Amino acid sequence: MTTTANAAALALGDDALVLSHRLGEWAGHAPVLEEEVALANIALDLLGQARVLLSLVGDEDELAYLREERAFRNLQLVEQENGDFAHTIARQLYFSVYQRLLYSRLAVGDTEFAGLAAKAVKEVAYHQDHAEHWTMRLGDGTAESHERMQRACDALWRFTGEMFQPVEGVDIDWQALQSGWLETVTTVLERATLTVPGGPRSGGWSAGAGRQGLHTESFGRMLAEMQHLHRSHPGASW
Amino acid sequence: MTAVTADTYEAVFDAAVAADERIEPRDWMPDAYRATLVRQMAQHAHSEIIGMQPEANWITRAPSLRRKAILMAKVQDEAGHGLYLYSAAETLGTGRDELLDKLHAGRQRYSSIFNYPTLTWADVGAIGWLVDGAAITNQVPLCRCSYGPYARAMVRICKEESFHQRQGYELLLTLSRGTPAQHEMAQDAVDRWWWPSLMMFGPPDDESSHSAQSMAWKIKRHSNDELRQRFVDICVPQAEALGLTLPDPDLRWNEERGHHDFGAIDWAEFQDVLKGNGPCNDQRLTQRREAHEEGAWVRDAAAAYATKHRTEQHAKPGEATA
Repeated sequence: MTTTANAAALALGDDALVLSHRLGEWAGHAPVLEEEVALANIALDLLGQARVLLSLVGDEDELAYLREERAFRNLQLVEQENGDFAHTIARQLYFSVYQRLLYSRLAVGDTEFAGLAAKAVKEVAYHQDHAEHWTMRLGDGTAESHERMQRACDALWRFTGEMFQPVEGVDIDWQALQSGWLETVTTVLERATLTVPGGPRSGGWSAGAGRQGLHTESFGRMLAEMQHLHRSHPGASW
Repeated sequence: MTAVTADTYEAVFDAAVAADERIEPRDWMPDAYRATLVRQMAQHAHSEIIGMQPEANWITRAPSLRRKAILMAKVQDEAGHGLYLYSAAETLGTGRDELLDKLHAGRQRYSSIFNYPTLTWADVGAIGWLVDGAAITNQVPLCRCSYGPYARAMVRICKEESFHQRQGYELLLTLSRGTPAQHEMAQDAVDRWWWPSLMMFGPPDDESSHSAQSMAWKIKRHSNDELRQRFVDICVPQAEALGLTLPDPDLRWNEERGHHDFGAIDWAEFQDVLKGNGPCNDQRLTQRREAHEEGAWVRDAAAAYATKHRTEQHAKPGEATA
């Protein structure tokens, strides 16, 4: 793997790893049993992708458990706390649409990621379907669910611009990815009777912040929990 | 046409059970048989759902990505088992919502084992090896249970449970052969989970109120004490292979019986946990209730959406946005 390919694998691997972890926090707390199954299923798919991608770079466990916050390259979007179910679904919608478009492009190329992307895109199509269905149910459900879904879409909107900052080693048309994403998300939100958020699509840090290792505050606590046991037993195997 | 009396129905039912035929949802069955099955299957389903909690407690702290994936898959399977079992129970004329309400109100039970806390990572292995092991010992005979839907659910569930059990054993083996701190963690977990696992087989035969009738109906095939003995006999050599000890000074092979003798179970503790006074009873039920209550608006939204769109011929979301 070249240095740039490593950087790309790390960025995409960290996205999947971190979002998988967040979804894992839902276990035992989902609103309905079918969602216990669905959320765990998506978390597992993402964890599988993360393991393949991180293994391209080095030892998956060293990379997951022994890097500190500033060395993680995931999007700030995926590290956002779960919040209520609408918040989790909005995060899933934004990310799965992005991931599906990105992996569809990677799957047809001849990069190191083509094989992985071809497999992952099938999983991600399911994730997107799940997120779209729930966006519609919540957006076009009751007054309360509509309000919650709108609030969640609004709150996460500012983390979506970062997705289209080019990742070193991923040679695709990022502009086209962005317009494809906007088009899909707009269609889904409108069908769900929701308003496409109007605010800026970048957070307090400059646009590619997570990709540069600049994260939001809750991420450090997430890593503390995730890494604690592994770090308490240096050199042990599990 | 001969008059069909209740006695005739009962005789047909008894003959089917005697011939080891399966009773199916549309068949006549005694009210008490139905009630016993609903109680047992609901309790079984609830145990799968509550049983997710002690293990989910470690998902975010699993020490390797491989173990994390295994644990997530296992907890997902448990939710799936809960769903099968609620469906099987629904064939008896009850509903999942009704059963969940009873669980939340404390009117139906779940297995007492899940009222114990998972304090270290090794507990995940001990649960796999001992708790799932005990569950399998109990459940394999249920694959031949007289009620068809329950028996068929158990066939699927037992396959997955056996897989979980092997994974739990392998987790403990890795710890036992790991660093001294890991070995100690594994031993401590086995020390804490051994006796509660033996309690999973229920009260001793002479105090088990439902056993005789359940055996006559072929819902149960073996007594609590028989299954418990079988489990002990299986675990002793496995513990040796693990390099771990079982916390029972009275445990020894009895040549004459061809079984292991073992020490007395603390039935007072068992009764206490059943009454709701175990270490995690409140916590488990509270978390379950909260998940349900906090999810109410989501279920309402799904229902409202379904009502609005019932008559529409709507395209699949993926098609609309492809």
